[in-house]
Amino acid sequence: MNTPARLRAWLFTGAVLALAACDGPQSALLPRAEQAEAIDRVWRVMLWTCTALYIVVLLALAYAMLRRRADRRREGIASDPLLRKTLAAWVVVIVAFLTAFVALSYAEDRRIRGGEPDLEVRITAKQWWWQVEYLDADPSRQFTTANELHLPRDRTARIELRAGDVIHSYWVPALGGKEDLIPGRTNAVWVTPRENGTWRGQCAEFCGLQHAHMALDVFVHDVGFFERWRDTQLYPARLPETATARRGKAVFEQHACATCHTVRGTTAGGRLGPDLTHFASRRHLAAGLLPVESPHLLAWIEDPQRLKPGAQMPAVPLAPQDLLAVNEYLLGLR
Amino acid sequence: MTRYDDAARRRHLAELERVWADPPGLRGWLTTVDHKRVARRYIVTALVFFVLAGVLALAMRTQLAVPENTVLGPDLYNQVFSMHGSVMMFLFAVPVMEAVAIYMVPLMVGARNIAFPRLNAFSYWVYLFGGLLIFAAFALNIGPEAGWTGYTPLSGPDFSPGKRTDFWAQMITFTEVAALAVAVELVATIMIMRAPGMTLARMPLFVWSMLVTSLMVIFAMPAVMLSSTFLITDRLIGTQFYNPAEGGDHLLWQHLFWFFGHPEVYIIFMPALGMISAIVETYCRRPVFGYTPMVLALVATGFLSFGLWVHHMFATGLPPMGNSFYTAASMLIAVPSGIQVFCWIATIATGKPRLEVPLLFVLGFFALFVLGGMTGVMVASVPLDLQVHDTYFVVAHFHYVLIGGAVFPLFGALYMWFPKIAGRLLDDRLGRWQFWLLFIGFNVTFFPMHYLGLIGMPRRVYTYPTGLGWDTWNLLSSAGAYLVALGALLFVVNVARALRRPADAPDDPWGGPDLSWATSSPPPAYEFAHVHEVRTRTPLWAGPDGEPQLELPVLHGLRTDRREALLTTPIDAVPECRWAMPDPSIWPLLAALSLTVAFVWSIFDPWGVVWGSIPVGVALIVWFWPKKSEPSLQATE
Repeated sequence: MNTPARLRAWLFTGAVLALAACDGPQSALLPRAEQAEAIDRVWRVMLWTCTALYIVVLLALAYAMLRRRADRRREGIASDPLLRKTLAAWVVVIVAFLTAFVALSYAEDRRIRGGEPDLEVRITAKQWWWQVEYLDADPSRQFTTANELHLPRDRTARIELRAGDVIHSYWVPALGGKEDLIPGRTNAVWVTPRENGTWRGQCAEFCGLQHAHMALDVFVHDVGFFERWRDTQLYPARLPETATARRGKAVFEQHACATCHTVRGTTAGGRLGPDLTHFASRRHLAAGLLPVESPHLLAWIEDPQRLKPGAQMPAVPLAPQDLLAVNEYLLGLR
Repeated sequence: MTRYDDAARRRHLAELERVWADPPGLRGWLTTVDHKRVARRYIVTALVFFVLAGVLALAMRTQLAVPENTVLGPDLYNQVFSMHGSVMMFLFAVPVMEAVAIYMVPLMVGARNIAFPRLNAFSYWVYLFGGLLIFAAFALNIGPEAGWTGYTPLSGPDFSPGKRTDFWAQMITFTEVAALAVAVELVATIMIMRAPGMTLARMPLFVWSMLVTSLMVIFAMPAVMLSSTFLITDRLIGTQFYNPAEGGDHLLWQHLFWFFGHPEVYIIFMPALGMISAIVETYCRRPVFGYTPMVLALVATGFLSFGLWVHHMFATGLPPMGNSFYTAASMLIAVPSGIQVFCWIATIATGKPRLEVPLLFVLGFFALFVLGGMTGVMVASVPLDLQVHDTYFVVAHFHYVLIGGAVFPLFGALYMWFPKIAGRLLDDRLGRWQFWLLFIGFNVTFFPMHYLGLIGMPRRVYTYPTGLGWDTWNLLSSAGAYLVALGALLFVVNVARALRRPADAPDDPWGGPDLSWATSSPPPAYEFAHVHEVRTRTPLWAGPDGEPQLELPVLHGLRTDRREALLTTPIDAVPECRWAMPDPSIWPLLAALSLTVAFVWSIFDPWGVVWGSIPVGVALIVWFWPKKSEPSLQATE
């Protein structure tokens, strides 16, 4: 292979790698909601304009360093009418670009806020997980879940943001910008997803020991699918089917678990930790820490502090059989 | 006037030498009020803190090199990044710039010493003790844990129990006191101690930049003093400034902190602008093009910097209309910055650039700072900021403006001024190696961070999972961090090697334009044999082409039997009166020690403020007590 061809091959591979990397589930470069698209427009305009201006400045600098200095008489003249005019023109250019940027930012900023919501969700951030409440005018149609946000495509959701302890920040890059959740204040974001899929969000404001492990899974469905999901979530927890699971339920209700967790339809009604009514229908446990699968869940219940040091959940001493039983019970809560 | 022959000259110099000398040995070391000795200490201390904070950065980059790494646990990582930010901002960046100014400004304006020299010594000791305190706390596992921004409620009594945040907040108090003291000295020195004839319009641009910086320090520091004191009282005596349940507000902290915090960034960056002007001027042998626009740009940046703090708070849910105003105000900063970049490039283009190491660092500054400025314009836009705020994009942005915009010019300035400070030239070849290592290492470390932020990596996370596309870029970034460390190490080697050579630097190795080059390298304790009179912006150059001025006009008439300095009027620098400057004194050190006792005591007990202020008061009274015995005051007219 000759040199240009090899170079082309390398460049091609590089480009493919760079594009592939954009494709992460938490990337702002692949906007998948109206609000994220608005921000992306600002990004593209600014990226290309600023790159061009940057190159202009560096070329001017290169010229200044490398120019041939033949005209000895012009050297070192402290005031120079031509330079003066060029400076004025340069200021005009900067101001023109800035004005355009300000106008663009203003216009797109109005587009990402407000809108008639089809759905109201309240997210309360706590150290270090997300409580997600689906609101409804009819109280019987409200429910609480955790660490997962399900949204219908092409519908606008208004997400109310509150904090339970310290300041956190809600951020799902594929769907839009971030907004802080601040104790004592109520904020909101609007999301109008444009594509079905699964994305990841993460707390973006430093919130203590486990700030790194505070992720949010976001699912966008067709409206029909979303409604069915919502109806399922409204049901109380499934009854355990096996003997082990029944024993797990009893252990759960009689031990410390029930003081912090709610499982609707049982006596477990604690409100400190996530609602576990449909725990097994979720993708991850402990705010994106691990997939909801048997060995992980078992390890988590046995000693949360080993997997997520500092987490509010203590290790509850359970006999080995009880541990397995709770594990099986929870995995049955679809 | 008597005939001024060689013998008279020798007598004159011997007398100056005697009057301005420090006591010998340890006593002199502890009591000195010579701005040059204090500044050298300041610079060395700040650079030591720079290295320590850099080591902390290396620890972080090591932890983040691969996903799910366990080199640092969450608790230690949080302390490490909080220390890194706090030390870099409070103990390195602001003090090192002020320290260079403490050394250079009196020389550049042709003064005999800095104004309020005892306050200057006091400032250094307070700064040193504050820095030692925070590192001692960190070593004892009571280092800060809530980031350098210390947001409540995470830093409040409920979520940061123990003494970690108290030590951090008190360290801020130390550095505030030190920085304010220096700012006041610099303003006074610049306003009334300039050489006769050095009107405001003839001041070197570095001196202008330090004047604006010092005024900014004076106006910005009280805000952080207020916010950190509120935090301390919330934690220590149960006030409720930051408790929404009792009518307090967490955003109060953010407003107060950023009202200081944003100007702070310019406080770091503004002296660097002056350094660049000095370097460009010296190595292109041509006065900076557009002196007036340059000065106006500095002043405008100073003013504007107080009107944009809310761009750190776009995601907190403030009213959108207000946010848009701060977008416009933040972007406006690009105008004075653009003017300055233009003027420097024009100066290079119409001058005769010599690519010495300092100019190399300035070229690096252009490549890095202009990029950082562009991303700065981006984060000023509300919608875009909502995506990149608190991500690695912002980490990349502020390292480009702070390292590219301030540390690169600082290294350039250190290469230029090292002979004036230490009497020796730094090695040119090592300097070039250092530059390229730093420049390449810096870009390898920080450029990928822009991309990391855009693909979703938030800042201040102690680890990250695999599968998000972040692994490669983090590894690359960590590799770059080691290159930067190597570059910094080369500087240490260069300085160490230079200090082992004899002090043989010429007075004016570069052919510089300002008064600091009109005396020996390093200057004697009394700076200049005579007070120079200044008639142009570039007193050491005869014309705009930088031909050396052979004869400098001087002024006679100051007494030499006491530490007498000439004070001039603030605008036109017309000689106004003579001032007997203070002699060396141990009391600044003792006052700083007793202040340290009071501050540390108050961390543990509110009554420490009351009882601790008694020794401070005693030290200050003795310090200021007019003493008949002082030689400076003995002599009569």
